[in-house]
Amino acid sequence: MEIPALAWQGLVILAVFGITLLIATYSTYAERVVAAFLQDRVGPDRAGPYGLLQPLADAVKLFTKEEFFPAGSSRGLFIFGPCLAMTTALMASAVIPFGNTILLGDGTAIRLQAIEVNIGMLYVFGVVSLGVYGLMIGGWASNNKFSLLGAVRAAAQAVSYELAMGMALIALLMVTGTLSLREIALQQYNGLWNIVYQPLGFIIFIVCAFAETNRTPFDLPECETELVGGYHTEYSSMKMGLYLFAEYINVFVASAVMSTLYFGGFSFPGEHLLYNTLTSSQGELFAHNAVTILGTVVLFAKIFFFIFFFMWVRWTLPRFRYDQLMRLGWTMLFPIAILNILLTGAFILLFGNKEAKLDTTKQPAPTEIRAVARK
Amino acid sequence: MATNDALTATGHIHHEAAQQQRGVMVTKTEDFGQDLTTLNLGPTHPATHGIFQNILQMDGEKIISGVPTIGYIHRAFEKIAERRPFYQITPLTDRMNYCSSPINNMGWHMTVEKLLGIEVPKRAQYIRVIMMELARIADHLVCNGILGVDTGAFSGFLYLFEERENIYEIYEEVCGSRLTTNMGRVGGMERDLSPVALEKLRTWLKRFPAVMREFQNLFDRNRIFMDRTINVGPISAERALNYGFTGPNLRAAGVDYDVRVMNPYSSYQDFDFEIPVGTNGDTYDRYLVRNEEIWQSLRIINQALENLPEGPYHADAPHYYLPPKQEVYRNMEALIYHFKIIMGEIDAPAGEVYHSVEGGNGELGFYLISDGGRTPYRLHFRRPCYIYYQAYPEMVVGSTLSDAIITLSSMNVIAGELDA
Repeated sequence: MEIPALAWQGLVILAVFGITLLIATYSTYAERVVAAFLQDRVGPDRAGPYGLLQPLADAVKLFTKEEFFPAGSSRGLFIFGPCLAMTTALMASAVIPFGNTILLGDGTAIRLQAIEVNIGMLYVFGVVSLGVYGLMIGGWASNNKFSLLGAVRAAAQAVSYELAMGMALIALLMVTGTLSLREIALQQYNGLWNIVYQPLGFIIFIVCAFAETNRTPFDLPECETELVGGYHTEYSSMKMGLYLFAEYINVFVASAVMSTLYFGGFSFPGEHLLYNTLTSSQGELFAHNAVTILGTVVLFAKIFFFIFFFMWVRWTLPRFRYDQLMRLGWTMLFPIAILNILLTGAFILLFGNKEAKLDTTKQPAPTEIRAVARK
Repeated sequence: MATNDALTATGHIHHEAAQQQRGVMVTKTEDFGQDLTTLNLGPTHPATHGIFQNILQMDGEKIISGVPTIGYIHRAFEKIAERRPFYQITPLTDRMNYCSSPINNMGWHMTVEKLLGIEVPKRAQYIRVIMMELARIADHLVCNGILGVDTGAFSGFLYLFEERENIYEIYEEVCGSRLTTNMGRVGGMERDLSPVALEKLRTWLKRFPAVMREFQNLFDRNRIFMDRTINVGPISAERALNYGFTGPNLRAAGVDYDVRVMNPYSSYQDFDFEIPVGTNGDTYDRYLVRNEEIWQSLRIINQALENLPEGPYHADAPHYYLPPKQEVYRNMEALIYHFKIIMGEIDAPAGEVYHSVEGGNGELGFYLISDGGRTPYRLHFRRPCYIYYQAYPEMVVGSTLSDAIITLSSMNVIAGELDA
């Protein structure tokens, strides 16, 4: 039976969606295991082997809890808040390239990416900033002062740190010359990872990523010891679950974006050697697919490392105070990000950017372009 | 936003009325009552560590004024004590500062001994010192651990809590219980330190310093932690003295007042230790002072253990000290004493005594008036937390909500002791 390429792509979309949800689910488990590991505890070990069914038990618990609406809350918005947070979080993973292409025998190339848009980076940025509306709406609709404070904090924090994050990305954009996440990943196939060109930018980016995902040390919108639960103080049941889920999906997306932008995405050292060896022994098709699959595995390894890093930091560092957070954002990160742009500009003037380099040195083109040429 | 405005308005009226009742100073701003929010911090809030309320007037995140409310877990201990024989008052003291109940127990026992004129043998005094210093360490561990939690770093707290757990196991070996210890008796200890208790104590003394150093490495020079705590919730030495601060909170402000040195009890004069003092009286100083006191307490425990004298572990005061159970079965005198003590039929001499000990978070005083009966005529506990909490609004006005939270936890205000 002939399966059209579009259907294949649909399968990829489903897979990306499923994997994102699965990873978010198991992030809750991982968070507990990592926390237990860092705190000399046992952690979840009751539900299933090694407590692996714990997320399932949590989900059942959340679904069966009472749907609670606080007095004086606006019901529509109260439901809309967590939905928006969840939706935007899920949307962001659509443009992340999880691997190169899989070639079928008839020359069809399937991209391991839900949608390829040439403004992928901007898209992620836009969708993620929409997510803060979910927190704001939820916090406002709760009719609770702690929730409102949390919502206000979330809004101010997101706006402040998106700016520095954007500036860090502009510097990266100058290096790569493209906004497409896929192209950025493919560029790093042939050469050094972007972290080498943008170390300062990466540091700014990762700090801002922590702020954007509301993780310690920037978890002010929901910090338990001050605001009880912050914007989700009044939430219970799966509405609460959606907020928690959204946070973990955001962590996953942030990790994926960081891996793609700065750490080579699905590329890994020695891929060309492997490709050439396999081509000579097993043929081009097999070699290409094997390298692609291995690349995907490597990308997930990188993502998991960053997720672990998020958790590691969370269970180690204290959190900032609100004014200190703002000071860090506006008087430290923002100027440094601008400085980074200037420095990057100077370097490009002197040495040229990546795109130009690729053209002039006549390096072998990335594998995807070869695949397209076969078609 | 109409509902919100209405809430603010009513909250404001209620707030001003409450302030007038209590005569609390308010920082006036030009737009007071216009854009302010009333925030009820407590009685149930994850960071208040007990049940007390603060009605805060907030300008955004900034605190304009605060009105503390106390009494949510007032159990009328002083009144209850008036109807109880002396030995039955010990369990009441457990439930004041429950983070360091052995100190409360011993303090109460020493007060009664003072009234009765009982001289406690050296060994009992040394064992008391060991237990009290263990309790002080446990108290400071909780306080500094919780400070970490309230600033957002959870792990250090659990590292310390494991050690507190070990301290509780030593308690368990010494007196049979863990949190509300009811440890010791009027006249000494109820039993000698068992070999198991000594073994556990020695193991703990070997193991604990590494954990403590790890905790300090995590926090002491942590940039975020320092930013969060330095100059947060400060109080000057003068204001602190005016309020009647004692303990680590006063020492953090730079006054080297320590009951153990100023008015030694239970042979504290035998030990060589230092009193750490801070300079600013802010949260960071309080944190550092507590950490250093833990090290000094370790020094005291080591000295006491090394020089632990031989001899009886309780005073020879058959009227007040329960005879051993074996004696009760065989000996008529013992049986009579046992009966009279248990039934609370021992009359105490009339008199007035005040005794204070250096509690986990300040000078814990017992003012006991006896009219010659079997129960106190009047008993007053000088509870340091009660005094600290009076200064709380002054310390947090003008700071942010986050600062208010960690100021409270760094003062180690414990609701059980605050309300008693």
